[in-house]
Amino acid sequence: MVRPYCLVCDMRESHIMKIHYGTALASIGLVAVHILMRMADGYAESLQYANVIANYQFLPYAGLLQIMLVLLSIHGFNGLRVILLELRQGPTYEKAVSYGCVAAMIGLIAYGTRTIVMVHMGMV
Amino acid sequence: MDDGREGIKGMANPGRYGIERIAYWLMRLSGLGLLVYFIAHIYETSSILRGEAGWEDLMAMTSSPELHIVLIIVIGMCVFHTVNGIRVMLGHGGVGVGRPTRPDYPYKPASQNYRHKITIYSAIVLAAIAMLYGSAVLFGV
Repeated sequence: MVRPYCLVCDMRESHIMKIHYGTALASIGLVAVHILMRMADGYAESLQYANVIANYQFLPYAGLLQIMLVLLSIHGFNGLRVILLELRQGPTYEKAVSYGCVAAMIGLIAYGTRTIVMVHMGMV
Repeated sequence: MDDGREGIKGMANPGRYGIERIAYWLMRLSGLGLLVYFIAHIYETSSILRGEAGWEDLMAMTSSPELHIVLIIVIGMCVFHTVNGIRVMLGHGGVGVGRPTRPDYPYKPASQNYRHKITIYSAIVLAAIAMLYGSAVLFGV
C-alpha cells in the first residue's frame, strides 16, 4: 500500500528552501516598513497606547502585521528545524523535529493572530 | 575506538575554516536569537489586551537600560542575519562562487573567494553601524 503524501515530512528539501528564502526576502521589506512606522513618529511617541491601538485598527497595517507574523513564523521555525537536523539525524528524530516545529509555528501564529484580531475589532 | 570523527565539537570549531565558519556560527546564533526575540515580542505585544494599564506596565518594564542593551543586540543580529542571508542565497544560486575548475593542489575552494569574504566582513560592519544607530535612538545620545 502506498503511504499518503505528508506535507510536513515528504516535501522536497529544495522546495522547503525556496519557501525559506521567499519568506526571508518578503520579511525584509515588511519588517523595514514596521520599523519605519516606529521611527516616523519618534520611537517613544509611536509606542504610546493610543498610537498603538490606532495602528492595530488601521486595516492595512493590521494586515501587514498578520502577513509578517506568518512569514517570520515560517522562516524562524524552519530555520530552527534546519539547525536541529544539522546536529542529529534519524527517521524518528527528524519526524519529531519537523512536527514539533510545525506545531510551534501554528501555535505562535494562532497566539499572534488572536492579539491582532481582538485589538483590531476593539475588544480591549 | 577513535574513528576520526569529531562530531559536534568538530563542527563547532570556529578557528579552523576562517571567516566562513565564523559566519556559519553567527548566522545560526543570530537566527536562534531572533527567533527567541520574535516569540518574546509576540508575547509582550499581547499585553495590549490588558488595556492601557497593562501596556504601560510593559512599557515601564521594557524601558530599562538592560532591555535597551538586549534590543541593541537584536538590531545587530537582525542586520547581520539579513546581509549574510542574502549572501548565502546568492551563493546557493551560483552568484559570486566562481567558475568550476580542475581541483589542483592546494585545493582552494573557488566558492570561498574574496567576494564572499568581503560580504561577510561588510555584514559585521553594517551590524555594528546599526547597533550604534540603535544606541543613539534608544539612549537618546
